[in-house]
Amino acid sequence: MSKIVLHLYIAGHTPRAERAINTLRQMLEHDLAGYECELTIIDVLADPQQAEDQKILATPTLIKSSPPPYRRIIGDLSSVADLLNVLNLPPKTGSSMINKE
Amino acid sequence: MCADHIERLPTGITGFDHIANGGLPKGRTTLVSGTAGSAKTVFAAQFLAAGIKRGEPGVFVTFEETPEALRRNMLGFGWDIARWEAEGKWAFVDVSPQPEEEIVELGTYDLGALLARIEHAVRSIGAVRLSLDSLGAIFTRLNDTRVVRNELLRIVSTLRRLGVTAVLTAERTQEYGEIARYGVEEFVSDDVVILRNLLEDEKRRRTVEILKFRGTSHQKGSFPFTVIPGEGIHVIPLSAIELKQRSSNVRTTSGNAELDRMCGGGFFRDSIVLVSGATGTGKTLMATTFMAAGVRQKERSLLFAFEESRDQLFRNAIGWGIDFEQMERDGLLRVVCNYPEVTSLEDQLIFMKAEIERFRPQRVAVDSLSALERVSTVKGFREFVIGLTSFIKHQEMAGLYTSTTPTLLGGSSITEAHISTITDSIILLRYVELFGEMRRGLTVLKMRGSSHDKDIREFTIDSRGMHIGRPFRNISGILSGQFTHIAPSEIERLSAMFRDEEGTETAETN
Repeated sequence: MSKIVLHLYIAGHTPRAERAINTLRQMLEHDLAGYECELTIIDVLADPQQAEDQKILATPTLIKSSPPPYRRIIGDLSSVADLLNVLNLPPKTGSSMINKE
Repeated sequence: MCADHIERLPTGITGFDHIANGGLPKGRTTLVSGTAGSAKTVFAAQFLAAGIKRGEPGVFVTFEETPEALRRNMLGFGWDIARWEAEGKWAFVDVSPQPEEEIVELGTYDLGALLARIEHAVRSIGAVRLSLDSLGAIFTRLNDTRVVRNELLRIVSTLRRLGVTAVLTAERTQEYGEIARYGVEEFVSDDVVILRNLLEDEKRRRTVEILKFRGTSHQKGSFPFTVIPGEGIHVIPLSAIELKQRSSNVRTTSGNAELDRMCGGGFFRDSIVLVSGATGTGKTLMATTFMAAGVRQKERSLLFAFEESRDQLFRNAIGWGIDFEQMERDGLLRVVCNYPEVTSLEDQLIFMKAEIERFRPQRVAVDSLSALERVSTVKGFREFVIGLTSFIKHQEMAGLYTSTTPTLLGGSSITEAHISTITDSIILLRYVELFGEMRRGLTVLKMRGSSHDKDIREFTIDSRGMHIGRPFRNISGILSGQFTHIAPSEIERLSAMFRDEEGTETAETN
């Protein structure tokens, strides 16, 4: 199973950004505890070029580049359950056959 | 004229600064709204391109077309965006839709990243100008309209803080009605410009209107513009140029001594003479004579011919003893033949202006305006004539237009009805039926700023040109085409009646 790679883009440590980070932490520590995960948090105020390269429009933006499918989510990631569902995580074996995504 | 304290940034868009009384309000954001195909993106890109030519770097925030597409599409206007990017004069903030990706919204968000990117781009190239194309695309990309609305306000206030002068484009669903779709963009901006792409009498006509410039002045009403390769948007600022026309008292010859006498000593330089008549009355002859007279006194003369081919014109001229070919070889004459149907009047005007600027003539003739009228709407035609007339007058040139009347006897053309107030002098050429014979009559109807002969004179045409003879004395109703013959005794009685008024009338002054 490939590593789960996540990038979170925030614009300063706003309440919205904190909510997104908390939801992500919770998901990684509880629901994806057994998986190899990598989360990078990028503050676009400090590094706007990164936002430009990735063409980030809204904040917070969460990008899942691995495993496929690629996902781009905007918002403060209301709940862990919704987030897992949208991210298609945890990866199920043979998921590509069940979900034609 | 504008005595307000709001500084302007000249856009560099031809003609636009005229109608904007100098340019866009500096350091502010102007909303440019228009329907699909109204040249919003061209306006946005040209605003930056013109800035770069004045040494002002610019940032282009694109929500619709990709930077690749823009670089390619704008090359046709002569704007080498890729080179400007390499030189650090132009920067893109690319927010165009990425085909492979779908954005999922989960919870609330803001446009902090976009804001950071815009600020970064502006600071990194030291941008003076910014264009954002287009607002509507943000609304279609994001579901939360309330958020977008708030964030737009934030973007505009950030732009103000950064001190850039910005253009935001927005879509309209119809040419008249609400300023922009979503009805919110207008609150974002103090300054609104509207681009229209109207269909009038099955002809496309583009116009630009400045709806408001808060706290400062601008020209009111809509002005025609055209989009031309190698240049971009070209606004034709009618009223703005009309105000500045000068008129001189310098006289110049029409090429016919008798006609000069009838006009009180010749045509005025910086004035336009309209020659109206039915087909075959001698309009082209007058234009030809007018040109030849210019060349004879070493004036550069330019003839725009829209009805006859070059060969035919040259053959006609030879028939009247005028060698156009030799005159062209001497560099004093230029004859431009053109089919009016091949282009729109807006483009025609720009083409003619370019010809005039290149050749720098002292006199210009257009034969005939009626040919141009066929390809346009009434309003478009009037604007064309005003535009051409004011341009010609600006250049210290004498102009002569011909116009064809639709009926052989009497009558006036639609052309005349719409442009007679614009021209300074009007000469009518008419057929006169006299005892079963067709003769020709000529009269000077109007000569602005001068007295003139008010007779209707008979004239003939032969191999040496036009010969003006004696007035028709025993006939009336020539101009209307409803002739009545009058007994000589009656004429004497009438002339005795009006003797006092002889020669005292002076025409209206400018």
